[in-house]
Amino acid sequence: MILAATPISASWYLGLSALLFTVGAVGLLVRRNPLVMFMCVELMLNAVNLTFVTFARELDDVGGQVVVFFVLVVAAAEVVIGLGIIVGILRRRPGATADDLSLLKG
Amino acid sequence: MEYAVFAVAAIIVLAGAFGVVVSRNPVHAALSLVATLFGVAVLFVAQEAHFLAAVQVIVYAGAIVVLFLFVIMLLGVDRADDLDTEPLIGQRPAAVLAGLALGGALVAVVVTSTVTGAPRSGAEDSAGADNVTQIGRLLFTEHLFAFEATSVLLVIAVVGAVVLARRRRIEEIDREEPVTDLGRDDGSAGDADEPVEEHA
Repeated sequence: MILAATPISASWYLGLSALLFTVGAVGLLVRRNPLVMFMCVELMLNAVNLTFVTFARELDDVGGQVVVFFVLVVAAAEVVIGLGIIVGILRRRPGATADDLSLLKG
Repeated sequence: MEYAVFAVAAIIVLAGAFGVVVSRNPVHAALSLVATLFGVAVLFVAQEAHFLAAVQVIVYAGAIVVLFLFVIMLLGVDRADDLDTEPLIGQRPAAVLAGLALGGALVAVVVTSTVTGAPRSGAEDSAGADNVTQIGRLLFTEHLFAFEATSVLLVIAVVGAVVLARRRRIEEIDREEPVTDLGRDDGSAGDADEPVEEHA
């Protein structure tokens, strides 16, 4: 079978990751629920991870996968702190959206 | 074969991503996020990143999404969002336009460019080793400092989470941080999506 013999080109993976990043960015701009906005950030991080893994295979360099490992750790720490902040905000003001948090506005 | 795997995984990834963006209920958004993460894990396997695929499932789908769901349940915000009212006039079409421009630019870059660059010198040293061995060797030799910095980051995150989640009494907070207009007198805010009952 010819299809099995020819590996899929890296452009497909990179294009998919570009689309995933775009969807995440649009979601971050459109949604107002802080939790959903956070999930959109995770989507964007996953798109970047996919790009790193694609280039790691394309260039035959495992360093890209190591970077993805670090991104995973930073994402975990970011989620812990971010959700802590969101819990703190929503506990004082239930149902707050990103638009309601305007205390820093001059 | 790889085309079929890629097609199915790509459909799952994109459908999950759209689900995160358009679902009204945050719980549904979190479950769509799980679908996306699994799809990305499948793509990792297809690209011979077996260790990262396992870590992706364990850390992302197993820990991060569960954390999201915990927070959703804990705060009781699992009611449907009001997606019909636009808080800022024209912000949503502008966001979609910006997204189309961004996506078009990124895809154009991918289509019009070719991957260049040489493999890292010395990459053939560990060519025979499997994925986990290669990553581990690189992690504890070249990237040792970043690895240690990561451990410091995790400790900071744990301490920060404990500090942030500590429950203080409202009067205490008001005395320390005198904030008067944060949710005390929100009868005039006109928020249609304020929940009726107060979550303590």
